[in-house]
Amino acid sequence: MSHLLEVKNLDVKFDTDEGRITAVENISLSVDQGKVLGIVGESGSGKSVTAKSIMKLNPGNTYYNKDAEIILDNENVLQFTSKQDLKKIRGGKVSMIFQEPMASFAPAIKIGAQMVEQLLIHKDINKDEAKSISINMLKRVGIADAEKRFNQYAFELSGGMRQRAMIAMALSTMPKLLLADEPTTALDVTIQAQVINLIKDIIKEYQMGVIFITHDLGVIAQVADHVAVMYLGSVVEKGPVNEILKNPKHPYTKGLLQALPDINNLDAPLSPIPGNIPSPLDRPSGCVFRTRCPHHNPEGKDGKIEMKLIEVESGHWVDQCGIKCGQNG
Amino acid sequence: MDDNLISVNNVSVNFDYQENFISKKQKIHAVNNINIKIKKGSFFGLVGESGSGKTTLGRAILGANKISSGNIIFHDDEKDYDLTNMSKHDLKEYRKKAQLIFQDPYAALSPRMTVRDIIAEPLEVMKITNSRQETDKRVRDIAAKCRLNIEHLRRFPHAFSGGQRQRISIARALVSNPKFIVADESVAALDVSIQADILNLLKQLQNELNLTYLFISHDLSVVAHVCDVVAVMYLGHIVEMGPSRELFKNPKHSYTKALLSSIPSIDPEKRSEAIELKGEIPSALNPPPGCVFRTRCPNPGVDCKGGEIKMGLTEVEPGHWVDQCCVI
Repeated sequence: MSHLLEVKNLDVKFDTDEGRITAVENISLSVDQGKVLGIVGESGSGKSVTAKSIMKLNPGNTYYNKDAEIILDNENVLQFTSKQDLKKIRGGKVSMIFQEPMASFAPAIKIGAQMVEQLLIHKDINKDEAKSISINMLKRVGIADAEKRFNQYAFELSGGMRQRAMIAMALSTMPKLLLADEPTTALDVTIQAQVINLIKDIIKEYQMGVIFITHDLGVIAQVADHVAVMYLGSVVEKGPVNEILKNPKHPYTKGLLQALPDINNLDAPLSPIPGNIPSPLDRPSGCVFRTRCPHHNPEGKDGKIEMKLIEVESGHWVDQCGIKCGQNG
Repeated sequence: MDDNLISVNNVSVNFDYQENFISKKQKIHAVNNINIKIKKGSFFGLVGESGSGKTTLGRAILGANKISSGNIIFHDDEKDYDLTNMSKHDLKEYRKKAQLIFQDPYAALSPRMTVRDIIAEPLEVMKITNSRQETDKRVRDIAAKCRLNIEHLRRFPHAFSGGQRQRISIARALVSNPKFIVADESVAALDVSIQADILNLLKQLQNELNLTYLFISHDLSVVAHVCDVVAVMYLGHIVEMGPSRELFKNPKHSYTKALLSSIPSIDPEKRSEAIELKGEIPSALNPPPGCVFRTRCPNPGVDCKGGEIKMGLTEVEPGHWVDQCCVI
């Protein structure tokens, strides 16, 4: 079966004054129709860079490796260079929801005008049709008085409402793939629960593939079908959500779970992962996590084990250095 | 009572609001009739959504917001400070004893000062130390307690990660040797692993330095983990308050229940048991009369729907207080 999206061996590097920085190294991921792939990791782990690569939205100093492939709908996105081709993906086949909806809407243009504008670019329809599609979509995401909101500015809406409008805008072009980059992080828990339920309903209804980026493992547990755990630009563990959260193998995944306060288990101490995430300028050779790994695995510690994902159980992939550490305790 | 450090009695904070210069002046009821006692050495948690008045209450206790009615007393060893009626001299003394840690460690530190100067500034401004040597010694002591290296002191904040910056903010708050700390969303901007580290540090410092915290957060699992006593706020009112274990195991108010059920569970098999609250928090310009939560309450009674039950806490179990609307 072919996947909706397949990312193969992707490296993303940035040229900066201090040299070439590796933001993402050798990532392979896939998303199926109607399924949610969750990407978790701390800040600086390359989650957003990976998502942006799918739309080629990274800045001009970005360097992608030649043998990488991002196959969306049987086309390699990385080979697109013309504006015409890129337009088809950006907002057309792929839509994105961002963390801060206030920053993603233009402040001086009415929400309705922004929704209509992007529909006119991607669909062969007239303004009235675009308006009715937009209003229906606003209604679909649970905005009361959609007609009134259509003529308002982003600042007139509350945080939760803005995020709903953002989702409505992203969905109105009927994308095949939705990239959600920390869409609930800025929201209160009760509003977060509303937005998560909305996203889940919409995925079911429209059968689109979703990449859901978050640092919150709780949110991942609620929405994702598959999870990829990223650290310093590499995927260290990936697999079905149940497997990853209940039977984690990599010490980083375990560390993240132990650092998370669990309301059902108040006696468990909070144990942080020791040390700091290294700068991408001096990325450790071999296993990227070795500078902070609490388990002693002599070869891994010296950086002698290359990063490579190995399938430990059906669909559950773990970095080989992490497997050894896991066996050590 | 002797073992209380802070008593907040019937405190309300209102702000004047005028939409434009011809419209009529209105009042924003940010905090309404709050009564809390913070025991010495406790970790007091204040939770609620944005707009619930947590920060306003925290700032009022620090004397940074004017109180519209009621009073706040800080019980120090030798004397009581009444915040509503304090001389300039007393206010200066109080500032040494009560300090604030902010949410965003990127915005809280001046980019043009070295870490040493940032931490030393309160000592100099409040004229606590008399010589440079003394200042340096105190800065080094507190930096060591907050797990900063001596060589870090010469650097500027941009060289540090979020977690390290938050430790610098903590050192700065603690350098004047305060007794009471308001931590306003101090871990909200941090990654989980760093969050755990900072929470552990706060706990450890509490034991070493005999601190009392008011910990303001919107994250219930964090609050459940670190706090002894928790108060849940909604639209300027405390709707439930009690020892944290008791409150989280046995929530009585429908709002607390909804909040707890909204926390995304880490177990993928337990999906969406959230009691979904309809709509959003009403405006504090004209809060609904009676129970403020009734407009979103998933199971309102006949009386509270009409707004006939006034807000007020009743003690359901020793130390566990719930708004009376949800008890009846």
